[in-house]
Amino acid sequence: MSYLKPALHHPKLPVNALGLTRRDYEGSISTLCAGCGHDSISAAIIQAMWELGIAPHRVAKLSGIGCSSKTPDYFLGASHGFNSVHGRMPSVLTGANLANRELVYLGVSGDGDSANIGIGQFMHLMRRGVNMTYIVENNGVYGLTKGQFSATSDKGSKAKRGTVNADQPIDLVALAIELGATYVARSFSGDKEQLVPLIKGALTHGGVAFIDCISPCVAFNNHDGSTKSYDYVREHNEAVNRLDVFFDRSEITASYAPGELVEVTQHDGSVLRLRKRHEDHDPTDRVAAMTYLARHRAMGEIVTGLLYVNAEAEDLHRRLGTVATPLNRLDDAALCPGAAALEKINAALR
Amino acid sequence: MKPTDLNTPTHFHKVVDCQWACPAHTPVPEYIRLIAAGRYTDAYMINWHSNVFPGILGRTCDRPCEPACRRGRVEAEPVAICRLKRVAADNKDEVLRRMPPVPALKNGKRIACVGAGPASLTVARDLALIGYEVHIYDSEAKGGGFMWTQIPRFRLPESVIEEEVGYITGRGGVVTHYNHRVQSLKALLAEGYDAVFVGCGAPRGRDLDVPGRKEAAANIHIGIEWLAKVSFGHIERIGRRVLVLGGGNTAMDCCRSARRLGGEDVKVIVRSGFEEMKASPWEKEDAMREGIPILNWLVPKRVLHENGRLAGMVFEKVKAEHDAEGRRTLVPTGEPEVTFACDDVLVAIGQENAFPWIERDIGIAFDRRGLPKLDPVTLQSTLPSVFFGGDAAFGPKNIIWAVAHGHEVAISIDLFCRGEDVHARPDPHVRMSSQKMGIHEWSYDNDVSIDLRYKVPHVEERIALRDIRVEVELGYDRDLAYKEAERCLNCDVQTVFDAKLCIECDGCVDICPTDCITFTENGPEDELRTRLKAPAINPDQDLYLADGLKTGRVMVKDEDVCLHCGLCAERCPTGAWDMQKFYLETAKTYASGAHACRR
Repeated sequence: MSYLKPALHHPKLPVNALGLTRRDYEGSISTLCAGCGHDSISAAIIQAMWELGIAPHRVAKLSGIGCSSKTPDYFLGASHGFNSVHGRMPSVLTGANLANRELVYLGVSGDGDSANIGIGQFMHLMRRGVNMTYIVENNGVYGLTKGQFSATSDKGSKAKRGTVNADQPIDLVALAIELGATYVARSFSGDKEQLVPLIKGALTHGGVAFIDCISPCVAFNNHDGSTKSYDYVREHNEAVNRLDVFFDRSEITASYAPGELVEVTQHDGSVLRLRKRHEDHDPTDRVAAMTYLARHRAMGEIVTGLLYVNAEAEDLHRRLGTVATPLNRLDDAALCPGAAALEKINAALR
Repeated sequence: MKPTDLNTPTHFHKVVDCQWACPAHTPVPEYIRLIAAGRYTDAYMINWHSNVFPGILGRTCDRPCEPACRRGRVEAEPVAICRLKRVAADNKDEVLRRMPPVPALKNGKRIACVGAGPASLTVARDLALIGYEVHIYDSEAKGGGFMWTQIPRFRLPESVIEEEVGYITGRGGVVTHYNHRVQSLKALLAEGYDAVFVGCGAPRGRDLDVPGRKEAAANIHIGIEWLAKVSFGHIERIGRRVLVLGGGNTAMDCCRSARRLGGEDVKVIVRSGFEEMKASPWEKEDAMREGIPILNWLVPKRVLHENGRLAGMVFEKVKAEHDAEGRRTLVPTGEPEVTFACDDVLVAIGQENAFPWIERDIGIAFDRRGLPKLDPVTLQSTLPSVFFGGDAAFGPKNIIWAVAHGHEVAISIDLFCRGEDVHARPDPHVRMSSQKMGIHEWSYDNDVSIDLRYKVPHVEERIALRDIRVEVELGYDRDLAYKEAERCLNCDVQTVFDAKLCIECDGCVDICPTDCITFTENGPEDELRTRLKAPAINPDQDLYLADGLKTGRVMVKDEDVCLHCGLCAERCPTGAWDMQKFYLETAKTYASGAHACRR
């Protein structure tokens, strides 16, 4: 078994704006099962971070418990990391974000971590609009405990040993839109062409960005009768659009295949260019997006792409009016203004 | 682009760059692994079957394998393949018992070999092993040919030549006629040999034609003749100031020999630039290390002499100019001429083939350059019973080419003597075997070493320059050899893909440290090469393409910089990737039994 990836690399490996190669964004070698979709998502995160030229040491990657939550070890070895208690990544991340808003926050979670034990945390983070990228690596089962159904497992889906799931699934995408997330997407670990731009858009979004990424569990959920297997997802995948992310309008020169274009300019000036594949889907209309999702779910389709985006994202700091400087750079006088300041605050609340 | 054809060994053979580049196609990675495992004798035998002179070649080979080595494309320098071969020779145990026996029962056929160089010796070995009676003729007192006369002893000790020549001439089936120069091919043919092999080398050194050459003849020597005389001890001294003309390996041997025979101020003077010199980079390096300057872009104009004695030489400074067709010409720069005073001049500006002993009326056709007209594969001349090989065939090359010719000629002669078609060549022996030992276990060391190339230790220069018989290179010791062997990427352990098993999870694509693997839509090769995960920029290296995937895409692997680390196969959940050892041994006249299962 190899524990280290050879340091030798392709002699023509390109460098990004920071002079780093994609290999500089890797972590240690994955210990997940061979063929796990999560490893593809890790690779997509590496690619997106590299393409955006984000300095690894400016990233905080947080996770909970589970196969998915192990993955931050397998990318961005030079970033800050935190493995929280099961399902508690959202609150730890919210705290970290409040203390230092200058880092890029990436939360990696699984369907069990977010839709079962951590569903309450998930929902409140979405409502609060924490500026972060929240990726759920969704395989529909508890892989670490040998494949029991999780809360995102579809009704009627069959387990490896034949048990049929009788419960309704939670659709995290619908929930996220409902609760006020301002960038909501779904993708598939087996389609990096779609996934990498979605992660890039999320990282530059400026509010809470949620990506539900279907990620087949090769050990326990990749058989006939599963609705989260490579084959099933490929057969039922309906991509509503293709996304490209640009930072300079002059870059937008490429010609595209026919299809209506939607452009969304985000806070940081980045442009999300969406090439529509389904005419009746409007990613900027929240109510319409919810209706569209519900209708197509009933048809048995797995709708992927950027499903909803609101460029006017508002984040937690703006709502609370917090200080822009990270707490670790404030001096004692600012952090502890004294009895007189406390008295003033108390008086304002009487 | 069409899917890669795996029913012939070509694709996987080309992946083993070193073996593909070797004229004798020695299975390099296999013997390097054996060296790493301390199995020096096994490593030696693989070499012996393939290249016949492992100890000699481990010191003197032109190493076409090393520029081809994949390591040189992912890191600074190739694996020191040649010097590892020497390690096998230095550390081996008894090998005689491992060599196939020379049959006591002869087949009644008699073959003559003209010259006792590497080509003739290879022909003799391969034929003696299947019952031929081979007669070797050579004008010198010992076997070895140019290996003996042209390579100085400080690069190749006498004992090594004697040992390895002895494995051929000393085991029966071969009769040597030393001190016997063949004066007439017609007469030789009249002796009733069933076939004759001409492996007499390219024995004439090209001479210098400038004013003053004749007058100073006493101190102007033809390089190869001078080297031979040094080898036999007929020459033991040279003047203090020596000019060596020429930029090939013979020039390097001349200057370094001169340095050991009293030459204190030795210069190499070359017409062309440093980079274009024919000498191998390591030979130039060794010469310069011994304090010998190499002066380039100087064309000899005239020889200076005083009272019938050499006084110096005058050179004209030139530069290269290329015409519209890219042909290079040397034109004077117009700078003043350069004069070097000297006591001796060694002329090593090339060799010519000469066959004054072959009558032109016996049916052997020659081309304009004086070389025999040969079938390039069978090496048969226009007289069916006469074959050529080594430098005598296509002009001066090197030992490993001579050996490769020897194997081919032995097969040709055997087919010819049995009355069969000499073009019906036997196929190579090829085996593919999975290296999988467990879920993530391989039977080869797939952990890629990141060590840089290790230098071969040299004897102290003070001692080396004192005696021409002191071997300069000490060779790797076992520890260094192990570390150097670990640098080998095991390119013969192939990544073999089975599309039927693939679920297209991308695991292999993500893990590959050198971005070799892409799943994409098929297209014409040129266009496909531009849109792989890392562009396939090396057109000499093939793409491995497989179709039959569920999504209709194809798997494309750029073989160029694959580390053969096996991570794709470790990451594959279904075993669609497997690491399989590719073992190819070129056909010989005899069954070598070089690998275990055919023993």
